[in-house]
Amino acid sequence: MPEGKFCNKKPIDTAEGINELLSDTSGNNYYQEMKELDIDSDLLWKTIQNTCKSRTKTWLEICAHCGMCAESCFLYQVNGRDPKQVPAYKIQSTLGEIIKRKGKVDNQFMRDTMETAWSKCTCCNRCGTYCPHGIDTGIMFSYLRGLLYQQGFVPWELKIGAGMHRVYRAQMDVTDEDFVDTFEWMVEEYEDDYPGLTVPVDVENADIMYTVNAREVKHYPEDLAEAAILFHMAGENWTVPSKGWEQTSLAMFAGDWAACKMQVESVYEAMERLKPARMIGTECGHAHRATVIEGPYWAGRKNGQPPAESIHYVEWLAEALNTGKLKIDPSKRIKELVTLQDSCNYIRNHGLKKATRDIIKHIVEPGYFVEMSPNKEHNYCCGGGGGFNGIGLFRKQRNIALLTKRDQILATGAKLVLAPCHNCWDAIRDLEEEYEIGIRWSFLKPIVIKMLVIPEHLKPEE
Amino acid sequence: MHDLLTGLFFWIALGVFLIGVLARLIMYFRGLSWQLDRVAYTSHPGAGFKGAVRSIYKWLIPFGTYGWRTQPFITIVFFGFHIGAVLIPLFLLGHNLFLQEKLGISFFTLNPCFADILTWTVVISAFFLILRRLVLPEVRIMTTLYDYFILGVAIAPFVTGLFARYQVGDYSFWLNMHIFCGEILLIAIPFTKLSHVFLFFASRAQLGMDFGIKRGGMKGTKMAW
Repeated sequence: MPEGKFCNKKPIDTAEGINELLSDTSGNNYYQEMKELDIDSDLLWKTIQNTCKSRTKTWLEICAHCGMCAESCFLYQVNGRDPKQVPAYKIQSTLGEIIKRKGKVDNQFMRDTMETAWSKCTCCNRCGTYCPHGIDTGIMFSYLRGLLYQQGFVPWELKIGAGMHRVYRAQMDVTDEDFVDTFEWMVEEYEDDYPGLTVPVDVENADIMYTVNAREVKHYPEDLAEAAILFHMAGENWTVPSKGWEQTSLAMFAGDWAACKMQVESVYEAMERLKPARMIGTECGHAHRATVIEGPYWAGRKNGQPPAESIHYVEWLAEALNTGKLKIDPSKRIKELVTLQDSCNYIRNHGLKKATRDIIKHIVEPGYFVEMSPNKEHNYCCGGGGGFNGIGLFRKQRNIALLTKRDQILATGAKLVLAPCHNCWDAIRDLEEEYEIGIRWSFLKPIVIKMLVIPEHLKPEE
Repeated sequence: MHDLLTGLFFWIALGVFLIGVLARLIMYFRGLSWQLDRVAYTSHPGAGFKGAVRSIYKWLIPFGTYGWRTQPFITIVFFGFHIGAVLIPLFLLGHNLFLQEKLGISFFTLNPCFADILTWTVVISAFFLILRRLVLPEVRIMTTLYDYFILGVAIAPFVTGLFARYQVGDYSFWLNMHIFCGEILLIAIPFTKLSHVFLFFASRAQLGMDFGIKRGGMKGTKMAW
């Protein structure tokens, strides 16, 4: 069977298509059909010839097979130091083989490669910083995912996720109306506590254009209200776009580069339409990577920059606290051992380690903050990055992956974990559910709100 | 035989090496693509240059990076091998005399006793590199015959050089073998995994530009290699 009803090489471009695939519970039929899916070897090889250029070719060629990357990979460590988890082995035995065989690989090989690409690498890029030759296996895995996606060998949830971006320009079926309505409704809910609280929609030339993660709209709407409250308290001139408000990209995890481009262009169009001084995204790691770090390249922007200066939420929060726009009541600071999860996507891959630590200085009583070990750009992935959290087929492997973070947290002795990243937040929630180590975890917004000094003129009337 | 090896063969080997290295370096940098690699190389040359230089020099220092520090054994073996492998061919007295005669140039000359120590260090380190490949599962799984072949090509000039140095058996035989192995090494460099001799710098520069431009360098954060 060349192309299945559920599992095939065609991207999903319609709401009906999404619903149809969703109706196949857990992708049972999807994965059955995958076993029969043909490989278009000519297309695969042609794509490689067009896109695998000197950087990747050189990486694969000069890899000395020295194994120094092994210890850098948390999945190698946590899976009993299985040599099959050595980053260099993982990429040489998948992408390396496909290239060696000029794309002539069979179905079983492609399914094994899919398992490696999505359950043995979270694209955290840590190994790239431990290789003497500067070989970044995480980047190659991301490239490999693109090849697999083209051939239809992609986990069910991510095929749906990429389709969501194509149809809704959001990672979930949240429409532009849903977004604006939910934001306005949430702000109304908090109006009494914070007089004058509004959500300015589509205001041109604002200082800040705020973008979010669609699941905040769907599952965690308080997060929207919290963002509004903090901008309000800081006296910011901010706005949200009614279109182009979604910063995330499951398409990036799926390797659907065309959908990545569609998604990020919707945000850039909003920037060009509203001309904000800056764009600020929510507390999400991969969303920042997709829209701010990688996005400009998908959109063909040669200078590698989005149309407006774009910063992560932690950069704004650090700035607001450092400049006194937001004031913390010292008596309300955190007075228990607390640790911080450094997100790979904006710490290792965008150098924002100082911003988060500046925030810590303001919100944690001196002496109570404990760093994880290792930390900053050398921190380990939460265990659920790169789409790993969301893939049912690889849930068992993901749960093993969480052990690294569990042990890192346990070693700090902290019972509270700050996790300014949706993916990390999920992984830490799941590790508590799975291993019950008695911890709490939180984004920064709710923590900061509780300890704010509210300016007189913004206080509710008694 | 000696005349042929130090004459025609020498010129061929040197020519293939130099042209090969140059051609591959040009091909490497021409093959970089800002859009496919997702690094805006030419838009931010200053940030890219800083990142590249840092990425190279940090890794040239023994124990200079987290990577080196976390694995002291391989670091010692690695530098033991590479320091000699780079210094001996260029700065040994005999090599300088030869270059003076052939090219009219010569470099700084190593103290002969120090040169002996370096050469032995190369050979002993190579032994440990092989041992690592045989013993450690995470290295063994990737090791192919080709890896041993490359190591063989790389250490053959050192082993034959030592035989000649200590005049074991027929000196002129070992000297000729030494020159022959050295020339094979030169020819192999541009076409095999030994291309890392120069592509190391290219690849490190590329990742350095990536971090210098895109992954934090322009945010004012230097990658803590």
